[in-house]
Amino acid sequence: MSSRSLPLQETEVQDRMGAAATIRRGLSLSPELRRGLPGTLAIAVVATAGRVIVPVAVQQIIDGGFVEGGVDMGFVAQMTLLAFVAVLITAAATGWMHLRLARVAETALSGLRIRAFRHIHDLSMLHQASEQRGVLVARVTSDVDQISRFMQWAGLMLIINGGQAFLALAVMLVLSVPLGLVVIALVPLIVLMIKWFQTRLETAYLKVRERVGHMLALIAETVVGAPVIRAYGIETRTRERLDEAIESHRLAAVRAGSFSATFSGAGELSSSVVVAAVLVVGTILAVNGSVSIGTVVAFLFLVQLFIQPVQVMGEAVNEAQTAVAGWRRVIDILDIAPDVADPGPDGVELPHEPVGVKFDGVTFRYPRPGETAAAASGFAALRDVSVDIPARQRVAVVGETGSGKTTFAKLLTRLMDPSEGSVAIADTDVRTIRFDSLRDRVVMVPQEGILFRGTIADNVRMGHPDASKRDLMATFERLGLEDWLNEMPAGLETPVGERGSALSVGERQLVTLVRASIADPDLLVLDEATSAVDPATEVRINRALNTLTSGRTVVTIAHRLSTAEAADRVLVFDNGELVQDGPHTELATESGVYERLYRSWQRGTVV
Amino acid sequence: MSTHRTTTAPEDVALLGGGRDLIARQLRRAPREFSVGGVGTILYAAMTIISSFVIGWITDDVLFPAVDAGEITTASLAGAALAVIGVAAARGAGITLRRLGAYYAQYRLQYRDRIEVTDRYLDLPLEWHRRHPTGQLLANANEDVEAASFIAAPLPMAFGVVVMLAVTAVLLVITDPFLALIGFSVGPLLAFTNFRFQRRMRAVASKAQRLRAEVAEIAHESFDAALVVKTLGREDDEVGRFGARSDELRDRMVEVGRLRATFDPVIEALPNIGILAVLAVGAWRVDQGVVTPGTLVTFAYLFRLVALPMRVFGWLLGELPRAVVGLDRVENVLGEEDSVWYGGRNLAKDGGASAAAEDVGYLYPETDYEDLSSTSVAARPSNDAERRGIESITLSVAPGKTIALVGPTGSGKSTFAQLLVRLFDPDRGEICLDGHGLVDLDRSSLASTVSIVFQETFLFNDTIYNNITLDEPFDEADVLNAAKLAQADGFISQLENGYGTLVGERGASLSGGQRQRIALARALVRQPRLLVLDDATSAVDPAVEGSILAGLGELDTTVVIVAYRRSSIVLADEVIYIEDGRVMDRGTHDDLYASLPAYQDLIDAYEQREEETP
Repeated sequence: MSSRSLPLQETEVQDRMGAAATIRRGLSLSPELRRGLPGTLAIAVVATAGRVIVPVAVQQIIDGGFVEGGVDMGFVAQMTLLAFVAVLITAAATGWMHLRLARVAETALSGLRIRAFRHIHDLSMLHQASEQRGVLVARVTSDVDQISRFMQWAGLMLIINGGQAFLALAVMLVLSVPLGLVVIALVPLIVLMIKWFQTRLETAYLKVRERVGHMLALIAETVVGAPVIRAYGIETRTRERLDEAIESHRLAAVRAGSFSATFSGAGELSSSVVVAAVLVVGTILAVNGSVSIGTVVAFLFLVQLFIQPVQVMGEAVNEAQTAVAGWRRVIDILDIAPDVADPGPDGVELPHEPVGVKFDGVTFRYPRPGETAAAASGFAALRDVSVDIPARQRVAVVGETGSGKTTFAKLLTRLMDPSEGSVAIADTDVRTIRFDSLRDRVVMVPQEGILFRGTIADNVRMGHPDASKRDLMATFERLGLEDWLNEMPAGLETPVGERGSALSVGERQLVTLVRASIADPDLLVLDEATSAVDPATEVRINRALNTLTSGRTVVTIAHRLSTAEAADRVLVFDNGELVQDGPHTELATESGVYERLYRSWQRGTVV
Repeated sequence: MSTHRTTTAPEDVALLGGGRDLIARQLRRAPREFSVGGVGTILYAAMTIISSFVIGWITDDVLFPAVDAGEITTASLAGAALAVIGVAAARGAGITLRRLGAYYAQYRLQYRDRIEVTDRYLDLPLEWHRRHPTGQLLANANEDVEAASFIAAPLPMAFGVVVMLAVTAVLLVITDPFLALIGFSVGPLLAFTNFRFQRRMRAVASKAQRLRAEVAEIAHESFDAALVVKTLGREDDEVGRFGARSDELRDRMVEVGRLRATFDPVIEALPNIGILAVLAVGAWRVDQGVVTPGTLVTFAYLFRLVALPMRVFGWLLGELPRAVVGLDRVENVLGEEDSVWYGGRNLAKDGGASAAAEDVGYLYPETDYEDLSSTSVAARPSNDAERRGIESITLSVAPGKTIALVGPTGSGKSTFAQLLVRLFDPDRGEICLDGHGLVDLDRSSLASTVSIVFQETFLFNDTIYNNITLDEPFDEADVLNAAKLAQADGFISQLENGYGTLVGERGASLSGGQRQRIALARALVRQPRLLVLDDATSAVDPAVEGSILAGLGELDTTVVIVAYRRSSIVLADEVIYIEDGRVMDRGTHDDLYASLPAYQDLIDAYEQREEETP
């Protein structure tokens, strides 16, 4: 269901905005970037100008210093000193430029990262598209890092090297137009050669990346699947596959390396062709007296200064493209309007009392790419559902995967808004209820016990941030879990590990139940767990659930029909529609979806 | 190596020692490749120096005479041009050879280490695997191997630069002591600055890298838990948490910028200052008639050519710490000599096997977490109940019978199941198949006699068919039969590509129950004489599980199952009740249920969950 939601695939995104538009939009989102930009650019010009000082000094000293029959030391000293001061100014400018750029860019990017993070949390696609979470993480990590890397390295290189090539060319043309034209005439040759190599290098490195991926996947299988490999005695087969993947990675890498090595050799040769051409033409011109010897020697330096940036520019341009693409992906996320909006302080506040729920002609469609949730025309996960749940009723929602029961729960907790119809809690349209009040009164407990790194206490407090240690203990006691807590090595302060990995699956569920309990909601939405838990923990979970649910309105997305049996009322969903509604005893005897589900369940557990 | 080198910190000494050993080892492991690189780099160094002399020669013997004479011969002009191109061609060839050698060496080293490391992974006992976190083993075969090989890239270049510097120094001394003085002051200063820069940069960069990982981790955790964040209204707290770390990363990146702001200008300016000094001093020496203008041009040009490659030392020294640490971990894996020893006895091929355990004991090591680095051994609190071992288990299963191992979590059932198929060996006692000790059995005979199916299924990124056969040449009909018996044929046939469906990494495209049934088919197609199911149908729908177990009952295979569900347990001929690593009682389900309160409680607790959840 989730892949229908929003344009996250990179290929789709790529075509939506040009590079110039991306940069414009990016700058308007991060105005900090523009602040001080002219200053930084001005400093960059100074820093770049310094790079042609030395060749100019060489030319000046050879032409002006080496006079008939000796050396004009006064002139040499003057020139050297001048050049020395210029070098120092250049160095200062280079340093200053780095500092300004880093400060401005990193501050802006951290801001962008945080904004995107917040925005992603506001988007409902986050919980629709579980398999795309990795992609969303990339938006606030690697995509932003790419921009940062570009700003600090390649982007800088692009500015400085571009400037350097330009200046070197300008100085050449000032010193001698014909010699400068010789260099210009040879540039296309070099550019063509670079292009030829770069296309091949890109293909070669793409292949390397593919092979690396394949090799790492096989290594991972070897490590993670070690028990299976051992138990089935398939070491030889595994070893053969591994060795083949490792060798094919080596071959691809060596091939790419060979291209790269030949490229640098060819680069050296091509620049020497330019030097030789300058030398031949320069000498002829010098003999004619139209250029000085100093000019010819200075050209030898200037050619280096000109060609070197041309060679690295290709790489920098590639990086620029990646950075812009990354930026575009971040912007695309920021440009999606949150489809579930908080009415804010003007919104209604729910009273603290058991509440009823009312669905009135509710339809939910997934938006197609580019559509807002309100105008969604995609697949209808729920169609024309009307139901009235009075306060304190315990309702079980059943149906097969994809029947719409999860969508029902998400609309109920306003993780999404309906495309048509309305959802009301305590006779108030949920869209008019203030978020903080809604989140306070309505709590959803997801089926997998989702915990955060930190202690048990940290995780429970999320339900009620101001809870004292005594409140926490009291809640554990009320739910009959104090004995379990006492078994924990450090009680409340026991770390739960990354995503709760230090606890068992069942224990994680216990902590989420305590968390829900201390939040003290009036409407509790439970997404039942499917995974098996050891019996002792099962007993605890059941006990805690009984206490937690008593006196509240409870809607359980049931995966076990035993849950349905115990509920006051069962809602049966099939293919997006509410097909049956009534107590278990009634539904079990009439023919329909529920009866079918019930029978297969009975076959399974009652022997 | 250095009591008199007071400026060198102790860790630098250790590093240089480690670096020396590292370089020696890597040179030995790719001698041909490094030889090519060495030849290339010497050619490169020689031609670099010669090229600046060619420029000087042209200045003195072509340019000045031609301008003085007012004419130039085609021969000398062509000679000059050919000299420039010829030297450049040779230098280009040197560069290409040098880099080819470096690349081939680097990838040869990676190749050898990777092959050897993964080879060890396949041979080392599972206990060793258990002690080392998966992430670390993956990193070892990837990042560590790469880090250790990385010094191959700058090594030939560094060698060439050393040659160049030495020759330049000699030439300077021969040509003119004053010019030499400039070279000897600028050169070391440049090298030192480069080194300092790399050192400090690496420290900050690795801090930034760590923060980057933390930022990503928070984003992952937070997005994974989006539902909780949203339903508890915790968005602001999450943004605060993420923002704090993101700003820390920002501060580190600004520091990177500050470091570059300090060092980049110095590294750039030093050679220029050197050239200017050469110009000034050189002009003075030309005036005195000691050197020619061509010599001056030669050295000005040479300074330019030599200055840039000197960065390679900074790079090499900067990479060394990571390389030394990486190699240390790689060698620790390569140095693990532990492996599993197998006997030579072959068992019969047909009929159910008899299995027996005599006073078997097994305790997991107290330290259950080991770092691959030689220095650190950290203990992690053991809260995973599966790690608890076995006190003493004695039992026997007759051929063709089915027994169920039942007991609370952490009682040792899984451990025993794994010992039974010799995934590792008990500390005490012996386990026998058909009356022969497991350790005496031939590797392939053992593999074809017993099959285990784990609760946590592992599928390879391959087709369903290959995941069942694991590339062994089974008859297609046998594969289909096994799949039918595992109740997998139904859903597989409904897939678009049927048995040819790719399951994705770790079987990501399938549900847990589907994965478990494929894993079961994998075991069944081998027609094992002893089948061990370690809670292997936990994610399968109870109705389907019933059909599977009923099917298994018709085979003449001996079956040992670890189970929770009553429906599975009652199918067993006998139930062994285990608690705290000991057999507490055995008998039929009905007998135990009637006579053993602990057993009754356990079964009821599970049933209660099935029936009473509101």
